[in-house]
Amino acid sequence: MELLRSLAITGTEEVLSISGLILLLAAAWGGDKASRAISIAAVAVLTVCAVLTAPALCQAAMGPGVSAWNGQFSGDAFAAFGKLLVYAGAAVTLIVAPAFFERDNAMRSEFPLLVLFAAMGMGMMVSATDMLALYIGLELNSLAAYVMAAFLRSDERSAEAGLKYFVLGSLASGILLYGISLTYGFTGSTSFAGIHVALAGPLSMGAVFGVVFVLAGLAFKVSAAPFHMWTPDVYEGAPTPVTTFFATAPKVAALGLLMRVSLFAFGAQPGVWQQIVIFVALLSIVIGALGAIGQDNIKRLLAYSSINNVGFMLIGLACANQAGAAAMLVYLAIYVAMSIAGFVAVLMLRDENGAPVESIAAMAGLSKTRPALALALAAVMFSLAGIPPLFGFWGKFVVFQAAVQAGLLTLAAIGIAASVIGAFYYIKVVKVMYFDEAADVVRGRSDVAQRVLLFVSVVAISPLGYLLTKSLGVLAGHAAAALFHIA
Amino acid sequence: MIQVIAFYLFTFLMLCSAVSVIFARNPVHSVLWLILAFFNAAGLMVLVGAEFIAMLLVIVYVGAVAVLFLFVVMMLDIDFSEMRAGFIKNAPLGLLIAAVLLAELTLGVGAWKTGALQLGVASGTAAAPEGLSNTAAIGALLYTRYLFLFEAAGIILLVSMIGAIVLTHRQRSDTRGQNVGRQIARRPEEATVNVKPAVGQGVTL
Repeated sequence: MELLRSLAITGTEEVLSISGLILLLAAAWGGDKASRAISIAAVAVLTVCAVLTAPALCQAAMGPGVSAWNGQFSGDAFAAFGKLLVYAGAAVTLIVAPAFFERDNAMRSEFPLLVLFAAMGMGMMVSATDMLALYIGLELNSLAAYVMAAFLRSDERSAEAGLKYFVLGSLASGILLYGISLTYGFTGSTSFAGIHVALAGPLSMGAVFGVVFVLAGLAFKVSAAPFHMWTPDVYEGAPTPVTTFFATAPKVAALGLLMRVSLFAFGAQPGVWQQIVIFVALLSIVIGALGAIGQDNIKRLLAYSSINNVGFMLIGLACANQAGAAAMLVYLAIYVAMSIAGFVAVLMLRDENGAPVESIAAMAGLSKTRPALALALAAVMFSLAGIPPLFGFWGKFVVFQAAVQAGLLTLAAIGIAASVIGAFYYIKVVKVMYFDEAADVVRGRSDVAQRVLLFVSVVAISPLGYLLTKSLGVLAGHAAAALFHIA
Repeated sequence: MIQVIAFYLFTFLMLCSAVSVIFARNPVHSVLWLILAFFNAAGLMVLVGAEFIAMLLVIVYVGAVAVLFLFVVMMLDIDFSEMRAGFIKNAPLGLLIAAVLLAELTLGVGAWKTGALQLGVASGTAAAPEGLSNTAAIGALLYTRYLFLFEAAGIILLVSMIGAIVLTHRQRSDTRGQNVGRQIARRPEEATVNVKPAVGQGVTL
């Protein structure tokens, strides 16, 4: 009975793995010609998983009733919130990928499978309540991600991105694993609940080292400064659909993991990790803002923007309370929408031969040649900058509100000041598109799927998005409450 | 007492060989030091009563080290003739050490069999249940409590396999592949002809 209950709670992972195996057979028989059909099937699988996940979020599931496999996994509202965002990011990647790769004749039917298995790993990451489950989910996601970064084999930059991501990612996994083993050694448990109980007593030096190493490893995975070095290179080198994926799904999963580890496993000792998170948040905000200024490649710019945004999200974590966690989740959901809009718009920037255009200079005067695309990009930039009528402002607002209420006034003040620096380079892109002499490079046509995706995501981040604030707030509240429900 | 001595012996040797892995100038020597480090780690594991992990270290890492050896040999430029010369010179010393190790092993196993040497017993919350060998205890945990993670680890291996194939496999048009069907269908009558060329004329086919 216990087995059946556990199987039901981790149902989405089983659906993903079994359908992944079936589609693997289809890929083996159908060859690369079948890749479009397999992509469509994979999107359908992700939709089914999202439908399976949604009830847990709406019903605010939490507590021991949704704990599976002897406390290794939890099917609570927090896991459901993370999974829904992960599946959305993965589905968008699958929708935009075939058209991109087919131009280079590089579409392989294995691509959707890698995305499916990565989604399974990320689902395990956000629902993990045990260090072992955490690590296995993380590795499953990472291995698929390394391969996806290097997917354009003929492209040197893609191979470089894959190799760089692999080497640095393995190093980060090693650091994380070392932290996990220290934590296990000094607390005597790998389960988050067990670690929580063990840390509640007097704190040993070894456990502190464990916490620091675990946080350092996870900071690498969320690409927070000072562990952000790989991000610009990987985001620039990886094929754009894969970059879309990296900026959405794995980021959500890793941030979810970081939240659950900090707030639940290490929740009894917030003093130990709070200062680390504050330091990492501030450094990410500043480095993300300053690093982006000199960039002339739009993908690199968005990479620095993602470092910057992770910093803002970590402010929510630094509050170490339920309101902060809920604010962070709201920001995360809005950030996923902004990333999807941004990268789909970048995908639509193509010259007349259909080759991707990535330099910001080539986007000059886009408002005259492609007014709709320029408008969408401008909306993304203003939203990322957090300028009020757009929805990106709301994310920053709730996070800063939580920080002020938690008494972190200095942190909030520095964050707001740095977001002004950040606004400079976002607005520079808008200025190049609207006020510079038209370069007339972007001429390629884009397909219907991209336009629909761009339209939906831009509407979500437009002022119309404020209609969502109430339901988003309620759902994020459910998820944050589940995180703080100590069984 | 003998266990304490063994612990310090293994630890000392392991630290020394780990340092030597880094400081050895010859990569092949590094690999050999690495093997020694693994063996000593296995010895430590036996001392604390984790015999399954000890065997795993020896069996898995000897396999892994063999692969590593191949990589070293394939990728680095090493003068093997020079090494072989050193081998002949040092062979007596090596044989002596091997004999000492063998004697130790025989004595140790003999002492353990007669009951003079007590091996450690695992304790603590994570210890194996009484009367169950390590292997049985790990197996029981792996297929019940950690079933889901065990299967997920299998998926990780599958993903890495898919990744390796995706990144390296390519259809090449400039090579002539083997057509098994054609090879099997080929008959002697089609493949060979009897000709009798006139002297000084050669064969026209």
